[in-house]
Amino acid sequence: MNRIVVTGLGCVTPIGSNIEDFRSALFSGQTGIAPFPDFPEAPGETQGLRFTQSGRVKDFDPRQHLESGIVVSTDRTTQFAIVAARQAAEHSNLLQHHAADNIAIIVGCACGGRQAEETETAKLYTRDARVHPLTVTRTMASAGASHISIALGITGPVLNISTACSSGTHAIGLAFQMVRAGMVSAAITGGHEAPLTFGFLRAWDSMRVVSPTQCRPFSADRDGMTLGEGSAMLVLETLESAQARNAPIYAEIVGFGSSADAHHITQPAPEGAAGAMRKALSDANASPDEVGYISAHGTGTQANDATEAAAIHQLFGARASHIPISSTKSLHGHSIGATGALEALATILSLHHGQLPANAGVTEIDPAINLDVILNAPREVTPELALSNSLAFGGLNAVLAFRPFTDHS
Amino acid sequence: MDDIAQRCIEIIAKSKGIPADSITLDSTFDGLNIDSLDKINISFEVEEAFNIEIPDEALGTIKTVGDMVRGVSQLRENHPPAAVTTP
Repeated sequence: MNRIVVTGLGCVTPIGSNIEDFRSALFSGQTGIAPFPDFPEAPGETQGLRFTQSGRVKDFDPRQHLESGIVVSTDRTTQFAIVAARQAAEHSNLLQHHAADNIAIIVGCACGGRQAEETETAKLYTRDARVHPLTVTRTMASAGASHISIALGITGPVLNISTACSSGTHAIGLAFQMVRAGMVSAAITGGHEAPLTFGFLRAWDSMRVVSPTQCRPFSADRDGMTLGEGSAMLVLETLESAQARNAPIYAEIVGFGSSADAHHITQPAPEGAAGAMRKALSDANASPDEVGYISAHGTGTQANDATEAAAIHQLFGARASHIPISSTKSLHGHSIGATGALEALATILSLHHGQLPANAGVTEIDPAINLDVILNAPREVTPELALSNSLAFGGLNAVLAFRPFTDHS
Repeated sequence: MDDIAQRCIEIIAKSKGIPADSITLDSTFDGLNIDSLDKINISFEVEEAFNIEIPDEALGTIKTVGDMVRGVSQLRENHPPAAVTTP
């Protein structure tokens, strides 16, 4: 079977809008979570929100990157997607070496163009205003995938995956399978999301799962998640083509596992998460003993972290408490359909640089969790195999398995 | 230059992200690199600004900034905005 490697990286995130800045923030523990600005359209002083922080992308001016026609016809999420995908493609020199019709674009976006949707709907419902004629193109969730293909001239299969908080991970997993199966010679894959609108924040606030203080996954006193936004994109291709064209190789993607809890629309179940991790390892022909790092879904809610820990104990048994684990959501927040892609990027950089990122914000590790949570500083180690977990609302689980690249063919 | 022309130029400048003083009544949409998406956005913003509705058939005939300004003036003459009344 083809070996699949990562040969291009791109990102627009709260902790950096290029790979070098993202890497630097990841390993120095520099958080991108900060108080969000007021929503001028929102009523009341507190604006009805019990929390004040989010992971916003700083200083993103789409006009620095995109033609005006694209800027006016797209939502912020699509703009992130185009910029991140272009970085990854250029970084990899993808288009010089692969035919445009032999490249897939498989990306995750769960929410679509939230800002456009809310702005136009508010105008319509409050004053029967005209709806902007580009509202449809701004709001459709697949706009990011389409615009990447238009911007880069890629004519192979192009899909958007929407599986809530697992979208980015499912997208990368499917792209991996397509390249490995020989359906295409390469893929641009990842996720994008820009959901930090007033209506969306209020919706999450109502669920009472957002932290009024700070997202601190696995901490005994954790009190919820912090929402974020951004995009991360990867280029995948076979090892054979990467080596033939001397492409940079950052890591090898070796397995993908996917499962459903079939349990509850918000409450996770450990069997589903354990099943997805088991399938990813089986797909990688690897044993649980080889896992040396887990990039956790780790949202910082009581339910997620406890269930994810239970799943890890279920699968790894006595070894569970000795596997280094961290959740980078503590740095960049939870960007819904994009977050799995940001975490896959963090995992790839961890393997490439031999450093495992620390989990920020923890005051005391929850003793009930009983995991080896990386605290304070990155751990200088290159694991043999790393997992990146995504466990979405609705019980949709996706897990990727990566190895550091070594030429052992 | 009258208020309508000034406002149209401001809308085009904002949509394109270019300085207003780089646009004149003789500027062509092609010359300003106004593509079909820009044109849809500019037309909508002009409709909003002047409270008018540009007929579908007129959209295709606008080639210059002057065309747009003349069209807006005509529409306002034919359909002046309703007077503001207090209840």
